[in-house]
Amino acid sequence: MKDFLLVFRNDYSAAPKASPEEMQAVMKQWMDWIGGIAAQNKLTNAGNPLGSAGKVVRANNVITDGPYSEIKELIGGYTIVKSDTIEEAAALAHGCPILKEGGNVEVREVIAM
Amino acid sequence: MEQTELIPHLFRTEYRKIVAVLSRLFGIEHIETAEDIVSDTFLRATELWGLKGLPPNPTAWLYTVAKNKTKDLLKRDALFAQKVSVELKYVTPALEEIEIDLSRKNINDSQLAMMFAVCHPCISEESQIALSLNLLCGFGAEEIAEAFLTSKDVIYKRLNRAKEKLRIEKVKIEQPTLPEINERLATVLTTLYLLFNEGYYSTSQNNTLRKDLCLEAMRLTLLLTEDDKTNSPPVNALLSLMCFHSSRFDARINHQGEIVLYEDQDTNLWNSELIEKGEYYLKYSTKNKPPISKYHLEAAIAYWHTQKNDTIEKWESILQLYNRLLQIEYSPVVALNRTYALAKANGKEEAIMEAEKLNLTGNHLYHSLMGNLYAGIDNEKALHHFQSSLSTAKSTAEKVIITKNIKRLST
Repeated sequence: MKDFLLVFRNDYSAAPKASPEEMQAVMKQWMDWIGGIAAQNKLTNAGNPLGSAGKVVRANNVITDGPYSEIKELIGGYTIVKSDTIEEAAALAHGCPILKEGGNVEVREVIAM
Repeated sequence: MEQTELIPHLFRTEYRKIVAVLSRLFGIEHIETAEDIVSDTFLRATELWGLKGLPPNPTAWLYTVAKNKTKDLLKRDALFAQKVSVELKYVTPALEEIEIDLSRKNINDSQLAMMFAVCHPCISEESQIALSLNLLCGFGAEEIAEAFLTSKDVIYKRLNRAKEKLRIEKVKIEQPTLPEINERLATVLTTLYLLFNEGYYSTSQNNTLRKDLCLEAMRLTLLLTEDDKTNSPPVNALLSLMCFHSSRFDARINHQGEIVLYEDQDTNLWNSELIEKGEYYLKYSTKNKPPISKYHLEAAIAYWHTQKNDTIEKWESILQLYNRLLQIEYSPVVALNRTYALAKANGKEEAIMEAEKLNLTGNHLYHSLMGNLYAGIDNEKALHHFQSSLSTAKSTAEKVIITKNIKRLST
């Protein structure tokens, strides 16, 4: 079994304001999705959502604030799953609720050092 | 209580107490000597009480005789006394003046010390359970064998090997220190959890014995809540879980000794006193927002099962608790239970799709679940799954339930 990082991206600026009920419903979808991966014994780490504020640090003490006007898609969170192949890991991402919201999931193998 | 019932009763309640106190006094090498002394004491009680009738205070009589037998042994067997005196923490100049403290406090302390010794990681989980039943619950090898559905010989060997291992490892029977408690409490809880499950889910037909196992597990867990050092949130959560489960003890087995499924149970038989106790310990276990253990989640799931009405809130809450439980610890049974909750909360179609991803086709419980999910949607498929389940189910009780399901579908 190998670990794979699932990175969630979405254009959050376009998202309309959600009502508490809608937020609750979206949260349930995420929890059910993660629970489903755990039920297959393929969850390494449920991961976390990320805050929308950010900074980018470059050489020579250059620090700029995010969000980044040149990128439409922001990383909204991550999860680590385990599977034998990257195809299997990608299949796990099929049920990710972010797909319904117009976002995408990037699947990357975690190289164990 | 009649004399014929009194001795077995006292044996069950007092044997373990005196054994714990003496074992703690002598050290782990001499558990058998402690057991011999207590067995002798009971033998003497049987002989004497039969002839002369009961003493005014039978328990006090047992304690006095056990104390005297211990002192006699120490006087008579100089070699043993010498060996033991090294272990004794409060050695007195004259060994016959040794204090054998059978007060309630010392009995509880000794049982707690014994619990932490028995749950030492150097012996396997099944040995820990067998030894707990033997030394902490006063169960004989025969009863343990019946609970484990194995032979008396197997249990004898298991007990002796475990005691030998504890001796070799020089495990001490003493009041655990705080670091030791932190290190070993999880193992103690696992043993108590398994001990309870052995009683609750055991396939043994002996219902009284199974109930006894559950009660003993609860008694020992309660003992942990009575000591400030061990009265932790997971301990209370575990006790809460045990209360909720055992509240259904009388409802889940019918007069023929068959298991009654949750949805078919007569809720009037649920024990409301135990449910209230469960709620009390669950509330206490979350005081000051401690980290949530798997026992917290299981207790909360069990709490929702004590709610009789099938509401959306009930199954949604159970589903989310299973979602979290699986993140702490995966097990096939929990994965299947989660899928059942998913069917109740989100519908059978979604649950069937999720069940197919579980990769548990070799598990007969998987086929039982699929049978239930397909029932009413595709009865032919449901029947097919129930038949697969029937062919691999191990216990008679399970086979009875599956056969009932098949009959229900065929009519």
